[in-house]
Amino acid sequence: MTLREMIDRLLGRQQASATTAKHRLQLVLAHDRSDLNPDLMEQMRREILEVVNRYVELDLEGGDVSLETEERATALVANLPIRRVRDDVLPQVPAVQ
Amino acid sequence: MTGSSTRTILICSGKGGVGKTTLTANLGIALASQGVRTAVLDADFGLRNLDLLLGLENRIVYTAQEVLAGNCRLEQAMVKHKLQPNLALLPAGNPRMLEWLKPEDMQQIVGLIQPHFDVVLIDAPAGIEDGFKNAAAAADEAIVVTTPEVSAVRDADRVIGLLNTREVEPIQLVLNRVRPKMMQSQEMLGVTDVTDILALPLLGLVFEDEQVIVSTNRGEPLTLNGSSSPAAIAYRNVAKRLQGEEVPLPDPTKQRRGLRAKMRQLMQTKLF
Repeated sequence: MTLREMIDRLLGRQQASATTAKHRLQLVLAHDRSDLNPDLMEQMRREILEVVNRYVELDLEGGDVSLETEERATALVANLPIRRVRDDVLPQVPAVQ
Repeated sequence: MTGSSTRTILICSGKGGVGKTTLTANLGIALASQGVRTAVLDADFGLRNLDLLLGLENRIVYTAQEVLAGNCRLEQAMVKHKLQPNLALLPAGNPRMLEWLKPEDMQQIVGLIQPHFDVVLIDAPAGIEDGFKNAAAAADEAIVVTTPEVSAVRDADRVIGLLNTREVEPIQLVLNRVRPKMMQSQEMLGVTDVTDILALPLLGLVFEDEQVIVSTNRGEPLTLNGSSSPAAIAYRNVAKRLQGEEVPLPDPTKQRRGLRAKMRQLMQTKLF
């Protein structure tokens, strides 16, 4: 944070437009680069939660799956707070031929 | 993509009007006056303007179209600049070329040009459609031109994504039409904002300069007659860096040394 951003925030002023521009660009580019439409994102988010939820009990309210981008690489970042580990899950033994 | 020692450089931007053609013309002249045999190829067949910016519009006899059709030899179509004989233009043909031109055609044209020149600059059309893909087909490396505006940066990002899949390397950035005062007051994306987002090495930084408009009015690129305007210096420095010379980039936030400039500097100090 720069001094200017600090003062703007203290005075409740709008931040400098360059800062707004940078944040908006970072968001829009993460989606441009991944080329995923919002419906597919939502479907993927639900399925990821479903799978993880089979093993651990999740705080579904606090969970978040989003795309982040840095240095031209886009990453799928999942932040899934765990309430507790399920003790009723048995490891699947691979079938022996 | 080509085995020769000639460097074939695509000049592209995605968004229109950010200064591709102006950079091609000025960089072409600057390279030529530094002793590099340079060809500029107008690959914007729909909206050609490179001839106009170079002041060569009245000397066009044949174009890339006649060369491809076999109706003339390459040497007949290349227009040599009178004041800078190291520079020659291959004009774009009729806009109807867009209907049949293929990437292989561009590769053929560039293949014909390469033996006679050290550097070939290809002025790409705006957009990311077929016209751009044709222009990119013959390029080994690329210069992406953008301005510090959200739409230009976003479009540049799309173009960089496409170039990455085509193994064009290196891709370097020219940040055009920078307004130092607006950057100082943080009302324009900063240089590092843009380079961080696009993750490209910066080849040049060109300040907004009214002399660019004057020079295009006359059809005499700024780099042609020893102009010392900021943009002319910036374009010459792009040419030097392109040849491996280390020239420091100007810092837009340190352009004016007054109390106000110092205040602005203080306001941008990173606290944490």
